[in-house]
Amino acid sequence: MNPTDLTIAQARDLLAKGELSSMELVEAHIDAMETSRELNAYITETPEMALAMAQDSDARRARGEGNGLLEGIPVAIKDLFCTKGTLTTAGSHILDGFHPVYESTVTANMWRQGAVMLGKTNLDEFAMGSSNLTSYHGPAINPWKARGDHRARVPGGSSGGSAAAVAGRLALGATGTDTGGSIRQPAAFTGTVGIKPTYGRCSRWGIVAFASSLDQAGPMTRSVRDAAIMLRAMAGHDGKDSTSADVAVPDFEADLDKGVKGMTIGIPKEYRSEAMAGEIEALWQQGSAWLEEQGARMVEISLPHTKYALPAYYIVAPAEASSNLSRYDGVKYGLRVEADDLLSMYEKTRAAGFSKEVKRRILIGTYVLSAGYYDAYYLKAQKVRTRIAEDFRDAFGHVDAILTPATPSAAFPADEPPSDPVAMYLNDIFTVPVNLAGLPGMSVPAGLSGEGLPLGLQIIGKAFDEATVLRVGRAIEHAAGFDTRPEGF
Amino acid sequence: MASTIEGATGTWEYVIGLEVHAQIVSKSKLFSGASTEFGSEPNSQVSTIDAGMPGMLPVINMTCIEQAVKTGLAIEGTVNRYSVFDRKNYFYPDLPQGYQISQFKQPIVSEGRLVIEMEDGSEKVIGIERLHVEQDAGKSLHDQDPGHSYVDLNRSGVGLMEIVSKPDLRSPEEAAAYVRKLRSILRYVGTCDGNMQEGSMRVDANVSMRRPGEAYGTRCEIKNLNSVRFMSRALEYEALRQVDILEAGGTVAQETRLFDVGRGETRSMRSKEEAHDYRYFPDPDLLPLRLEQELINAVAASMPELPDAKRHRFMAEFGLSPYDASVLVAEKENADFYEAVAEGRDKKLAANWMISELFGLLNKAGKEIGESPVSADALGELLDLISDDTISGRTAKEVFAEMFETGKAAGQIVEEKGLRQVTDTGAIEAVIDEVMARETQKVAEYRSGKDKLFGFFVGQVMKASGGKANPKMVNEVLKKKLDG
Amino acid sequence: MSFDKTTVARISRLARIATTPAEQERLAGELGGILAWVEQLDEVDVAGVAPMTSVVEMNLKAREDVVSDGGDAEAILKNAPSSAHGFFVVPKVVE
Ligand SMILES: [Mg+2]
Ligand SMILES: [Zn+2]
Repeated sequence: MNPTDLTIAQARDLLAKGELSSMELVEAHIDAMETSRELNAYITETPEMALAMAQDSDARRARGEGNGLLEGIPVAIKDLFCTKGTLTTAGSHILDGFHPVYESTVTANMWRQGAVMLGKTNLDEFAMGSSNLTSYHGPAINPWKARGDHRARVPGGSSGGSAAAVAGRLALGATGTDTGGSIRQPAAFTGTVGIKPTYGRCSRWGIVAFASSLDQAGPMTRSVRDAAIMLRAMAGHDGKDSTSADVAVPDFEADLDKGVKGMTIGIPKEYRSEAMAGEIEALWQQGSAWLEEQGARMVEISLPHTKYALPAYYIVAPAEASSNLSRYDGVKYGLRVEADDLLSMYEKTRAAGFSKEVKRRILIGTYVLSAGYYDAYYLKAQKVRTRIAEDFRDAFGHVDAILTPATPSAAFPADEPPSDPVAMYLNDIFTVPVNLAGLPGMSVPAGLSGEGLPLGLQIIGKAFDEATVLRVGRAIEHAAGFDTRPEGF
Repeated sequence: MASTIEGATGTWEYVIGLEVHAQIVSKSKLFSGASTEFGSEPNSQVSTIDAGMPGMLPVINMTCIEQAVKTGLAIEGTVNRYSVFDRKNYFYPDLPQGYQISQFKQPIVSEGRLVIEMEDGSEKVIGIERLHVEQDAGKSLHDQDPGHSYVDLNRSGVGLMEIVSKPDLRSPEEAAAYVRKLRSILRYVGTCDGNMQEGSMRVDANVSMRRPGEAYGTRCEIKNLNSVRFMSRALEYEALRQVDILEAGGTVAQETRLFDVGRGETRSMRSKEEAHDYRYFPDPDLLPLRLEQELINAVAASMPELPDAKRHRFMAEFGLSPYDASVLVAEKENADFYEAVAEGRDKKLAANWMISELFGLLNKAGKEIGESPVSADALGELLDLISDDTISGRTAKEVFAEMFETGKAAGQIVEEKGLRQVTDTGAIEAVIDEVMARETQKVAEYRSGKDKLFGFFVGQVMKASGGKANPKMVNEVLKKKLDG
Repeated sequence: MSFDKTTVARISRLARIATTPAEQERLAGELGGILAWVEQLDEVDVAGVAPMTSVVEMNLKAREDVVSDGGDAEAILKNAPSSAHGFFVVPKVVE
């Protein structure tokens, strides 16, 4: 068996038994990365660093140390996480040449747990997108193709490079970030598992900010168990992030197989619409049936403000982004387009450094915060957000978890993206409410579309109850027996 | 200085409101662990947070918050148990994040007041709209290079309190009294060192002119005034400029202006010409600030006696004049020095000596009270020598000058120079007899009714005693003998 | 909601992003479309609803006042497009 086919759990056990070294594991991945460059999953590969870290890990293990949760496990890091001394781009031209002098808390946590970095993965510029088509470094490609159709498919976004790397066997796991669905949607598009934890579970320190009140890091893996292992390594309270929760991180793996018997799981009726594709509807019903068969009680619930989540999100996220992205001004780091006066330097640098989509969002955000519009847009959206959070709180008064589809469709062709911005935004219709309410949500592969492309189901949990989300996810994974893989990978 | 200006068409009245930025006394910055120390190498006191690096996040410095609470209580404001940090968005090279973290709609302190005392002894209450906490920006240097500006971020992120007065001030003089009083209070509570030269306190002055009793006119904001003197000059210049415009039938443009110290003029700031739209919104990297009542109570319990209370105590308990009391309490160090000198001694004598002698010499020497060569104990010893008639008040001034010069103790100087005054009645009588024997003609004139000559005899006796005779005794004995 | 080129020009100046007239034309359409779409929020009754301040209920954590950072000007300037004598250098700012 090729070591790149292992799950993190399998690799961990082989490493512990001494039947595999971190070096072997890393070398296999470096080979795979070299032969799969057409996926454009990585912006920066760091093979030397990976080999050195693997060597260190093996040495630790030889000394009888090295009992970290991810000891010797090669992972990929979304290029939104600042990594000390390694180019960090956020998928943008404007961060050209930026080598942080600091390490993000989440990656530092992972290195402390023994993980090995293979490189930095591709993403939509500043994590703004659902296709990975907006990266300055070119689109990442989904390893999956539709049956009888050779056109490249998008891996989803914004964590598209991470999703492509994990699905394409170019890393055992990868970090992602999720502001409106950027972990769950690409996980669904690539047949992988992705969990966005509760807001505050993983520190945001050192992650290039998109929308501060929504951004949350999480793992992308090939199994629910791997997600549980990796999340535990990434998470934890951080005094450097004022929004980081001072809540203990449980051993998510411990209760993973306890099943869903006796759980009450909600099916939100507002997620069902006439426009929903038949195969998505069928998948959702199938998921519900699997859980029921395993002893869960399925109940219909109501989340009345669901339809307002996406428009509220497209006010709040751009508003925060417009402010967060003001620091890219050509003064301290990254791109500068020289000009004789300061104003022109700013305007030219930012015009050249940001792509269309990023500019669009900065401008929308600037507009909704500007004098005379704040109350009508931003304040209103934040109030709607309170309503949405209340919907969930009411629902969680009587259910343990909520089951929904992860995406309204399977991966679309890279050369045929949705026609206008709003149509593109609809990709995140099922995932965005979860960010607005700060809750944990996970996408688990549950089947294939008619075209043979993966589809995912989403499990939503109570705040800081990722353990239940993972348990329900494991139950679906078990029932779905999703063992297909992209052809050629 | 006056509160009104007589124009060609009538009287105009000042309306002034001040925004004071006061640097919070703290070791580290408001949202990062970098040092706040003044005057280091450029960019040497900058964390990646202060430099606005990607992914960096703010964490509030609790000491800065406590300092703001303390200041809020000192200006008799309402400390809000719930306040919010907002982002004020604008682009400037010394603002690395592209926004300043400040407080907009919900400041930590609202509705305070401050009493100013005018030179004529009158008092006026000036309303304070709010006090909020915010980050300082870095510093841009424009004169190092012809085509470029240099940016130093050492100050970026230092904690500031912005204290906004109501438009209650009616003259440059009142504005100056307000700034001095505020500075005094800040220094009393130890929340700002008040050093205007180093920029620890900066004033933005909003000024407009109106016909007395009419509605407010359009105001201009004069930015970054870093001394009380410049502020007064800027206000006077700006008032005349506005009156000229108004009298010519024009309208004052609402704008930000800069005071050119060299020319003594205010001028429009080109860089700020563009209409501002700061797009304030709550900083999503920070949660609302909730203060426990216990914390506010604890800060209240730790408050020192403030200048107003001290001043009233000095007047009521020590019988000092309002003017003397004001002078002594302006700086806490002076008041403490005074109380040490006055302890167990004549309060008024101590006040006079502090104000006319000690402050006089300190001023001349350009020294602060902390650097005084004469300690409170040493000055007290000198006053004791006056009180027990060892030396006369006049001699004491000489002795004091020498103490200031050499740092020697009063007693030592008196002994070394033999300045102890003569209080022996016999010795004084002998000198008087000698003088009267010499000036028989004058004695006769005096006795025939020329009372004015009494002063002449006192002078002669003092001179003959080498200035050491106790003047009070000389008076008594001389009177007796001449009238005898 | 009319969203015209002038508005685009105004907000792109506020956001310090140069836009050409052609871009302004395109953006006026796109941004106008997005804003028309978000206007459905007007249907939601938010009377008496507090705006969300943080999704997770917790208190603001504070730091102690200790110097624990800074002291490395080289690191701060390392990525600067232009620097001299320990300063960041920018085109001349006229006040
Ligand atoms: Mg101000
Ligand atoms: Zn301010």
